[in-house]
Amino acid sequence: MTSAGKVMKLTLSYILLTLIAVACLYPALWIIMSSFKVGDSLFSETLIPSELTLQHYRDLFLVHSDKQIPYATWYWNTLKVAVMSMLLGTLFQIMTAYAISRFRFAGRKTLMSTLLVLGMFPGFMSMIAVYIMLLQLNLLNTHFALILVYTAGSALHMFVAKGFFDTIPKSVEEAARMDGASHTTIFWRIVLPLSKPIITYIALTTFSGAWVDFIFAKLILRARENWTLAVGLFELVDSYSSTEFTLFAAGAVLAALPVAALFIYLQRFLVDGLTAGATKG
Amino acid sequence: MDLQKQTVNAGVPLAGKAKTAALLSVLSMGLGQIYNRQYAKGILFLTVQCIYIYYIVTSLAGNLVGLVTLGDTPTKLKKVGKLYKNVAGDHSIFMMIYGLVALLFIVILISLYVYNVRDAYRNGLVREQGKRTRSFLESYSHVTQNSFPVILLSLPMLGVMFFTVLPILFMVLMAFTNYSAPDHIPAKNLVDWVGFETFHNLFYLKQWASTFYGVLTWTIIWAVTATLTCYFGGIFVALLIQQKGIKMKSLWRSLFIIPYAIPQFISFLIMRNLLNYQFGPVNQYFRYFGLEGLPWLNDPFWAKVTVILVNMWVGIPVSMVLVLGILTTIPKDLYEAAEMDGASNLQKFRNITFPFILFSTAPILIMQFAGNINNFNVIYLLTKGLPANGDYAFAGSTDLLVTWLYKLTLDNQRYNFASAIGIIIFIIIAAFSLWNYRRSRSFKEEDMVQ
Repeated sequence: MTSAGKVMKLTLSYILLTLIAVACLYPALWIIMSSFKVGDSLFSETLIPSELTLQHYRDLFLVHSDKQIPYATWYWNTLKVAVMSMLLGTLFQIMTAYAISRFRFAGRKTLMSTLLVLGMFPGFMSMIAVYIMLLQLNLLNTHFALILVYTAGSALHMFVAKGFFDTIPKSVEEAARMDGASHTTIFWRIVLPLSKPIITYIALTTFSGAWVDFIFAKLILRARENWTLAVGLFELVDSYSSTEFTLFAAGAVLAALPVAALFIYLQRFLVDGLTAGATKG
Repeated sequence: MDLQKQTVNAGVPLAGKAKTAALLSVLSMGLGQIYNRQYAKGILFLTVQCIYIYYIVTSLAGNLVGLVTLGDTPTKLKKVGKLYKNVAGDHSIFMMIYGLVALLFIVILISLYVYNVRDAYRNGLVREQGKRTRSFLESYSHVTQNSFPVILLSLPMLGVMFFTVLPILFMVLMAFTNYSAPDHIPAKNLVDWVGFETFHNLFYLKQWASTFYGVLTWTIIWAVTATLTCYFGGIFVALLIQQKGIKMKSLWRSLFIIPYAIPQFISFLIMRNLLNYQFGPVNQYFRYFGLEGLPWLNDPFWAKVTVILVNMWVGIPVSMVLVLGILTTIPKDLYEAAEMDGASNLQKFRNITFPFILFSTAPILIMQFAGNINNFNVIYLLTKGLPANGDYAFAGSTDLLVTWLYKLTLDNQRYNFASAIGIIIFIIIAAFSLWNYRRSRSFKEEDMVQ
């Protein structure tokens, strides 16, 4: 290729890259800018508003008499549910993955296939039954129910962790067993410390999974003050879309921040996670 | 060892212990264990059996009958004294759930029973050989050591059992009833078994069938298009970044991953407002250039285009990250050899890069396809299934099978139809994922490392 052709090609590539970058950033920038915009409408003359204000962020945490937007409560609810689901869900998932990866027992492969298929089954298809069960247990409209539902399903997503445990050499355990370590000791003292990366990965994905879930949160949480961010923000923009848009924008920015930060941190695990889930099993 | 066994077997009084123990255990759980002098274990088994008998007598039998009849007394107004009062009848759906739980308990009981008989027989054999059976404490430590995986699995599997398996069974049952609004919603009315009627209506009854085939077709078009656009989009962007001569590769990569980092429930709600026909900024820009603007979410055709476009925005980063990872694993000497032979860039891509990517990502591609069939968020948060379609029963133009199911359940209480659709989706998804999984390396060669 001639050098002129190379320059052409590179220039074209840079133009394309810039265009894609604009497309990627624009919606995010737009919502951030809208959250600082004076007024409350969706309509805006320019991307960068002429006047900036922090009023909408303040409004989120103030008590209003005319509209019920207990944003701080929603935030706290979401945080509570996500942290509890993270702790329990990670434990369940690690336990399942460890048992399936490190031990050979009857029905193991059947169990794996079953978990895989059940994991593919969209959880909310069973929601009528879950709903009625929670109603019977008197758990409807509680955060505990939400945590229970997230935790109960966590074993279905154990394949990434299982793939990781598969790569820990058996000799490590055997050496420990020679020294008289029990299964419990090996699990807590040897395998778990070796598995910090995968535990981090699972904990963070479980956390963000609970943080962003919309379907079950909407089903289980009835009272406005019990809602999570996903339900609250959806209802906010669904019912007040033209009159409360900037407030929604501010709420969305605050809701997105923790998960966006997590994902940027998780980037490096992402490839491992995706490939492990599919090819390594 | 052999010698010892022979001498022991020669002793008449010791023979037949295994059979006796097994028979006793068939008679009643725990008797064989007690006969084997494993008193604590035997008493434990006996207690479990007593609890079961109590449970069977008090409620289990009734629950099973309820599962068959689904109740026969509807809620009615009855004259009590001088006043009419609403007297509660049977609640078919609760009866169904209790019946299912009863069935589950019976399955557990049967497996315990089988285990109990086998345990008695095995320990009987041990005794026939003249050896001592394990004491309770020994059994306990034996169990905790050898059944460690079972202990680890028990709690997570209990969760899966009650919040995934039981609801799925319940859903399957529901598809064979007439549980739907307006005439068959408990506690006001009873629900009856109707066999395959729901499926029949879904396939043949005019309005249901036209909705079903329409939504199914769109679901498949959507899943194929969404998967392919994100896949090839991801490959394209990754190759663009990885080109020789492009500077600041990691900066581009970080920029392009931003859409993936924003929670879906937020990004779709943002997009919905960005693409608002009247006030959305996208159409404002169109108008600024003197153009009409597009009815992004208001027109059935454009709404479909829009969901695919928006999905690309969310999905391409994932494929990009994946492909970037794979590109680094392709051996450099392949390209060097190709260059020696004078291959063009296109030939290099066609014969080296693409086969490599496809080989590593094929399973993921299939899973993404399956996932897209169930892509609830993009449709529900972006369009809610709208714009409306007059020919459809309870579905809009962009509804997928899953969002239709959701609407049938939550908004319209047509539980039987929702369940039937759920079963159909489940069959499609399960076929794909099982086929995919059985072919994957992990299932066949998982013992490679170790």
